[in-house]
Amino acid sequence: MEATLKTFDVCLKAVNDADSAQGLLDAVEDLAELKDERAIDPLIQVLGFNNPGAAVAAVEGLIQIGIPAVSPILETLDGYNYGARAWAIRALAGIGDPRGQRLLLNAAANDFSLSVRRAAARGLGAIRWHEIQETERDGAMERSQTILLQVTQDEEWVVRYAAIVGLEALALKLNDREKICHSLCQLKEKDPTAAVQARAQWALEKIEHER
Amino acid sequence: MSGIPHNPDGKPLTVDQALININQTADPGLRYYAAWWLGRMRTCQPEAIDALLLALEDKTNRSPDGGYPLRRNAVIALGKIGQDDDRVVPAVIHCLQCDDYYVREKAAQSLESLGDPVAVYPLIELLDGGVDKAVQAPGKPHLIHSYNAILEALGTLGDKKLANTIAPFLAHTVPQVRNAAARAMYQITGEAQYADRLVDVLSHDQLQLRRAALMDLGAVGYLASADAIANTLAENSMKLIALKGVLEHQLTKDEKGNALSADSRRVMTLMDSLL
Repeated sequence: MEATLKTFDVCLKAVNDADSAQGLLDAVEDLAELKDERAIDPLIQVLGFNNPGAAVAAVEGLIQIGIPAVSPILETLDGYNYGARAWAIRALAGIGDPRGQRLLLNAAANDFSLSVRRAAARGLGAIRWHEIQETERDGAMERSQTILLQVTQDEEWVVRYAAIVGLEALALKLNDREKICHSLCQLKEKDPTAAVQARAQWALEKIEHER
Repeated sequence: MSGIPHNPDGKPLTVDQALININQTADPGLRYYAAWWLGRMRTCQPEAIDALLLALEDKTNRSPDGGYPLRRNAVIALGKIGQDDDRVVPAVIHCLQCDDYYVREKAAQSLESLGDPVAVYPLIELLDGGVDKAVQAPGKPHLIHSYNAILEALGTLGDKKLANTIAPFLAHTVPQVRNAAARAMYQITGEAQYADRLVDVLSHDQLQLRRAALMDLGAVGYLASADAIANTLAENSMKLIALKGVLEHQLTKDEKGNALSADSRRVMTLMDSLL
């Protein structure tokens, strides 16, 4: 695999020259695979191409690059159309940088698209908390918790499921888990979707086990 | 975002208004819409069923191709709300004889969700002549019947005795029909070889077929396909729906009140990775 890895310049040219949806997808996958910071800007551009397959690959590539991609994403966000913003939020959710939290809070609670609410809810529990100053950390965790508890009432099962995954990750970082455990117990008993009930039960099992 | 349907004039529809709308004939558009709405909102009052049963007899609302749009909506709605009313299944079975392809298709789907095995025989009758008769309808963009819907309903309602009737459709020329046959064969026999045919479709070149196979595997809850589902080239949303089906099927086997089984946890681990 290593030997066949194409160079950055070759991959970038292939993205720019792609003349079909499939061609673009293949080229973006190759570019993303390099995990090269020079790929950040072109990958961000791909988010705006209205090509879902290529956008998924670009999001994955940006998540792999991680922290260095966060500033460029945040800086370009305002200029995005709705579709590109949605993909960018998914990238931020996957990276977990605290600078993306404010956007994730809003997206998890309010975004029109269920796949964006889903990704944001999961992301709110997976923020790199240790990168936040100690004096600010509790407040940031509290904000994630408040929104995630609210999102457990989303009308879409998959968003509620993602909120549980977010709450579980958050609970494992907290001393006071009472509110989260109370909410998970309710979901385990009363959520209308069996898969969501089961995920709540599993989250409770993991939290209990960890104690 | 909540998707609450509105009247065509912009005002939200109420149950009372929907019942008025479906019981009048002056405005076919309002009647058509009310039929859909009663199903969508799962309005289970006997008055709603009465009105929908009446709508199945409608002869006035016709589409340019000679179809019966109101009947299509009414038969869909009855599939959602007709469980507890003895009149519904026979009326929907009667729709299998309608000369509108789409009314017959919706009827097969509704019979599947109504879950009464009494529908098995009338559904099988539509397969008379076997694969040789399951050809393109002259001048239409579809086959003689919606074989997918019929086979899927038989898979849900039928049993092993139907295997000889369904198996020939595994070799039909239309991929969707083959898939429906594989799904039905798996449901009635429990044999993995049939579900594995659907797993093979997950690596087909066409996204549409991969998506359909995801939905089929989710619908039958085939546990052995969980990893293949997670690795399919398709939207995560679709894969999550399929894995939800697998998980919920597995949960029915887990002992209630006990810890979750290792299989259930494995499926949830895959789902977590797709969020």
